[in-house]
Parts: sequence; C-alpha cells; structure tokens
Amino acid sequence: MSTTWAYISNYLVYSSMGVFALAFIAHTYETAFAVRAPHLADAAQGNLRTKTFDYTRTEKIARIATAMMILGFLLLLAGVIARGVSAGRVPWGNMYEFSITGALAFTGAYLGALRKYDLRWLGLFVSISVLLALGTAVTVLYVPSAPLVPALKSTWLVIHVSAAIISGGVFLLANVIAGAFLVLDSMEKKGERAPWAKRLPSLDTLDQLSYRLVAFVFPLWTFSVIAGAIWAESAWGRYWGWDPKETWAFITWVAYAAYLHARVTIGWRGRRAAWLCIFAGSTFLFNYVYVNVWGTGKHTYSGL
Amino acid sequence: MSENAPEIGTVGLLRFMWRQLTSMRTALVLLMMLGVAAIPGSFIPQRSQNPMAVSDVFATSPTKALWYERFSLFDVYASPWFSAIYILLFISLIGCVLPRAFEHYKASRALPPVTPKNLSRMEFHTEWKGTGNELEVARAWFKKNRFRVRELEGSISAEKGFTRETGNLFFHLALVLILIGVSFGSLFGMRGDAIVNVGERFINTPTTFDSLSFGKLFNEKSLPPFSIEVDKFVAKYNPVTNAPEDYTLSVTVKDSPESAPVKKIVKVNSPLTFGSTRVYLQANGYSPIVTVRDSIGNVAFQGPVPFLPQDSNLSSTGAIKVPDATPQLGFVGSFFPTIGRANEGGGISVFPEALDPRLFLAAWTGDLGLDNGRPQSVYRIDTETLKKIGLKSLAPGETYEFAEGSITFETYVPWVNLQVVRDPGKSSALVGSIVAILGLLASLFTRRRRIWVSVTKKNIEVAGLAKNSAPGLENEIAQLARALGRAE
Repeated sequence: MSTTWAYISNYLVYSSMGVFALAFIAHTYETAFAVRAPHLADAAQGNLRTKTFDYTRTEKIARIATAMMILGFLLLLAGVIARGVSAGRVPWGNMYEFSITGALAFTGAYLGALRKYDLRWLGLFVSISVLLALGTAVTVLYVPSAPLVPALKSTWLVIHVSAAIISGGVFLLANVIAGAFLVLDSMEKKGERAPWAKRLPSLDTLDQLSYRLVAFVFPLWTFSVIAGAIWAESAWGRYWGWDPKETWAFITWVAYAAYLHARVTIGWRGRRAAWLCIFAGSTFLFNYVYVNVWGTGKHTYSGL
Repeated sequence: MSENAPEIGTVGLLRFMWRQLTSMRTALVLLMMLGVAAIPGSFIPQRSQNPMAVSDVFATSPTKALWYERFSLFDVYASPWFSAIYILLFISLIGCVLPRAFEHYKASRALPPVTPKNLSRMEFHTEWKGTGNELEVARAWFKKNRFRVRELEGSISAEKGFTRETGNLFFHLALVLILIGVSFGSLFGMRGDAIVNVGERFINTPTTFDSLSFGKLFNEKSLPPFSIEVDKFVAKYNPVTNAPEDYTLSVTVKDSPESAPVKKIVKVNSPLTFGSTRVYLQANGYSPIVTVRDSIGNVAFQGPVPFLPQDSNLSSTGAIKVPDATPQLGFVGSFFPTIGRANEGGGISVFPEALDPRLFLAAWTGDLGLDNGRPQSVYRIDTETLKKIGLKSLAPGETYEFAEGSITFETYVPWVNLQVVRDPGKSSALVGSIVAILGLLASLFTRRRRIWVSVTKKNIEVAGLAKNSAPGLENEIAQLARALGRAE
C-alpha cells in the first residue's frame, strides 16, 4: 500500500519535471522570440529600437508557458500529497521532501503573485530553478518513504515546517525580484534597457513588489520561528537553545526586520533596499543548505 | 547646539548619548550587529549544546581553544559582548518606544486635525456638484466604517488606522516581554539530567542527578518532591533504515512521598508535568547486568551498569568498577545490542534493538584510584596503573573466569535519560510571542489615513491622505463618493 503510493508520488514528481521542462522551453522560446522579433520588424519598418516589440506574437506561447506552469504545479502538488500518503504523515520529514515541497511553495508563490501582477517574465527563471531543485531532489537527496523519528511525531511538524516552507518560497521570490531590480537598474543607469528587458515592469513596481512580498510573509516567518520554539519546548525541553538552525532562523529574522525598518522608518528604496533584501534571503538559503547538509545540532535528521 | 558643545557638561553629554542610543539608526545598527554576533556560535561548538566537541577543540588545538575561550566563543550567547549588544538594543528600543507610546496615547485621544483649506492639493481628490445633505450621509458612512470623526463648520475630518501604530508599539513592547521571560527563566530555572534503569526509581533531589545546573536565584530546596518509577521502556525501530520510530516510557509517579501513585506514559513530544517543572525523555541506552565474584566466589558486585551509546545502532561503552574485590577489579566494556559478524577484533552493532546482545570486556586489576579524592567518570577507567588480565566476549548468561575471580553477564535492562527542567519564564515568553505576532499583523496590514468631506455652496469635495502611501485609499474614496451620490 505505502510503497504503491510512494511509486505514484515518484511518477508524479517526474511527470511534473517533464511539464516544467516544457514550460521552460516555452518561456525560452517566448524570450528568444521577443528578442528576435524586432529584427524582423526592423527590416520592414527600418526602426531599430523603438517600435520593435510585437507581443501579440509571443502572447500565445506565453500563455502556453503559464498553462504548463500550472499543470506542473498541480502534478507536483499531487506528487507531494501522494508522498505524504505513502509515509502516513505530512511530506516534510527529510531533505528530499523539503525540496519537493519547497519547489511547490515557490511555484505556488509565483502563480499566486501572477494573479495580481504580470510576472510572466519571471517564468523562465522560476521554471529553471524549480527544475534544478527537483532534479537535485530526485538524484542526490532521494530517500525511500519512511515513518518519522519520534522527535518529529508532533502536530507542530505540520504547523512549523509548512509555515517555514511557505515563508521560504515567498522570500526567494522576493529575492529574485530584488535581483531583477538590480540588473535592470544598472542597465538603466548605463543607458536604456536591453531589448529583452524592455517588457519587464518598471523599477518602481519591482521595488514595491519585493517589499510587499517580504512584508506579507514576515509575520508568517515570525510565526514559524515561534511555533518551532513551542515545539522545541515539548520535544527537547527548552524553547530556545541556539541550535545552528535556530541561530540562523534568528539571523534571517533579524535581517528581514532590519530590511522592513530600513524601508518603513528610514525610507530606504532602490539599490540599497534590494541588496539588503538579497542578503536577508541568502541567510535563509544558507540555513537550508548549510545546516541540513554540513551542520550539526538537533535539526539534522534530514535523511542525508 | 554645536557652537556651545564644549559647555554641555555631564548632563548634556548624557542626554546627547541617550539621544544617540535611542535613535532609529542606532537601533538598526544594533539589530544588525546582533544578527552578525549570533553567527560564530553556529560554527564554533558551544559548551551549552555540545561540551564534548568543546573538549575536543581543547585536546586537538589548545592554542586555538585558548583564544576562543578568551573571547567567550564557546559560550557566545552568554558572552559579555553578545549580552552588551542585546542589552543596548533593548535599552535603545525602550527609549524609542516609550515616548512614542505616550505620544500615540495622546494622539489617539485627540480629535482629527482641522480640514485643510485647499483639499485639491491632497493625494486623492474629487469634486462634484452636490445636493446638500451629503454631510449627514458622510457622517453615517464614517460611523459605519469606524472612522474617528471631527465635525466642523461645513466639513468633516475623519481619521482611521491607529491600530497600525498600536500594533507596532505592542510588537516592540512584546519583544521586551520575551526578553524578560528569557532572563527570568535563566535566573530562577533549573535543568538536570538523570540516567534511570528500567525498574528503578528517580527521586527529585539534587543528589540523584548525574548533572544539574540552575539559575543564580534558584533555591535548591524548592525542587518539588516528586518521584518517578520507571516501569517499562519500549523502543521501536524501522527494520530497513534502523531509525527509531517510537519510544514509549511507562512510569508510576508520585507528586510527593505521601500522594497516591499514578501510572503515566511519557513520549518524546509529551513530557511529564509537575507544576512549572517538566520531565522529558531525552535519551536511552542499555545497562548490562553483571555479577562479579572474587577468587573465592564471594559476590563483590551485582547490578546494572549504564553504558553510553556511541552510534545510532546503540553500540555502547562503559566501565564496571569493583572496588570491593581484593585486589580491586575494573572492566572496560562495550555492549552491542545486535552483534555484527566478521570484523577484526572490535565489535559492531548492526541494529539498535537487543536481538543478539554481546558484552565485550577487558578485565584489569590494581588500584582503581577511587580513594585518592580525585573525581573520575563512571564511564571510564584510567588503566595506566592497572594490570591487564584479559579480553572476553560474553553472551547473556556466560561467565568469564580468571585467576582473580569471575564476571557473569546475566542480562541487560534499558535505561532512559530523564531531563528535569524548570523554566518559570517560559509563559511570559510565550505571551510575548503571541502579542508580538498580533502586533506585527496589525502594524503591517492596517493603514493610517485621513479623509475629508467638505461642502461649500457650489460643490462637494472629498479628499484623502494616507501615511506611507498605503494602497487602497483611492478605492475607499471612490466608495465614499459613490455613497454620497456622486454619479460614476
């Protein structure tokens, strides 16, 4: 029974990778087309830079790409659920499961934000990073589906880890947008944007968007840390012990708190704010990779 | 201020320093410093978490260890420099938040400001020809939407979103509450560990602990007089991965020597609770039960000896000291719950459950050094001055006989490590955390804004202003305008 579900889960995860790969190709094609199209248009109109983009021609493929992203998301969602069913618990007990659930949260954050903002230009990046995350998960991190060690058997696993995974997905999305801001900002400082970047949102929009994502998810991250503390109190006999994972969760919290203060109270905008956002996001990523793989401490039952 | 700087005197200087400390920028710098200061503790082993790793550093590179020690790098989170940063941060925070709290309190009792003369200069502004009763409608609309309202001649000034600052202040004060909880817990709390064999009883007095640490203001006599009898311990392991799946500890507890015994179950995530003291199941292992006889057959020692696990399959090491034998006997031992086959000399355990247990013993004789007053570990024997008798591998029931006597490996019992923790500060830390989250939500998701409605002879004007250019005000004004009868 449980091995069947594990098998189904693997099948679904592999299928979602196939679909994400198609989405990636569609996004690449779309981007490439948008760059090449001007030259075709140039020949007819004799205009090199200004009237170059014909988005009606890439719109179709962009829609296909988004449809693929949604399909990939649904397949991955089913894969994650099947993994949970096979183990008889929530699917975040080891690094393989964190990775597939994290990829799901990242795609979900992208698709959620897509409902409100036109972020399809991010699709290329989102699809390739999800593919890389899933690829690493199935090749390097895979472990057979198994029950949890006693310390993890708690309702707090559901609450604490899901909050952490969702926060992580949104933090990373904010990071990507802050990164895009920096790239576009230096382009604009030198002159004007490269052709492919012209359709990307204005610097102001990007600046605001990364801030809103962080402000939206910072309370959830705070909650995740506190939920972890409550759980640690019942499992390890103390609510805070400066375990490496706890320390880095604290550092991430402090970095984002500084970012929010810098923006709201001091009024940082633009490059400085983007760098601070990226710095804060990298502390999160560092925590995920370093503590799980090379770290010591109580959070290292990741199955690696 | 700067031209008479040399004359500011001590009070002026203190005031100047206080202003600097409580400025937002200083608070931010301190916050970032706190984050950076937390980093070394995640790379360098910490005494509070892993004292063995700290001793390893001292053994392998003493110079490095000495320098680490000088800068408290083995106790980062209790070090003077780390404390200095967070104490300064919290002083700065209090100095920042308290004046703001008073100001906010005053502002929340004051009326909204008078309607400005020129509303068309506001961020959002709309104007149309009205019918005359708009102020009535506006008053009702503001009331329904819970605005604070100031009525003026021919206009209404309304304000909403004080929750933003209230939440913000509560968030920061809640952080102070968390810090108070943490300090209170470390001053008045205690933490102790005791290894208890199945079948034995633990009594909560200072002498029964293997290790015990308590806060500066903890009163040793205030240990609650409970006792725990360890009836049964069952560990389940996954047959494929060898990983533990479940630990169940059955105990009989008494709140005090007079009270009636109650049977309870302890699991990793469900500790025992005695008031503000909790007892956790933190580790487990095996105690081989041995009988040691001297050369004429008298029993010199009999009982379980806890061995310490060395790996996830519970290969364990320990020492059996028999000072009552003549001459004294000592055994350095390894216990393997399920012995693995074929390896050179040493043993290995292949499964954590005791399916095929073996006890490997090295027998020594001579002065064990227990009488010279120097403290020594119960898990180790210093064999330097001892004479080796021999080596033997025993299955349960087997006996190793030698000239000075014999040792019989009777059987084994599991032991559990009970961790007794009292932390009287944790509930205020929890309350602080909950208030912090609620405050954070309130401050991040409410917007402070003002809306004015003004009726002149000719026109109705509606205008609004939002702090921090919060979104949504445009919509709100459009709604109000619609309610006031503005045609689309």
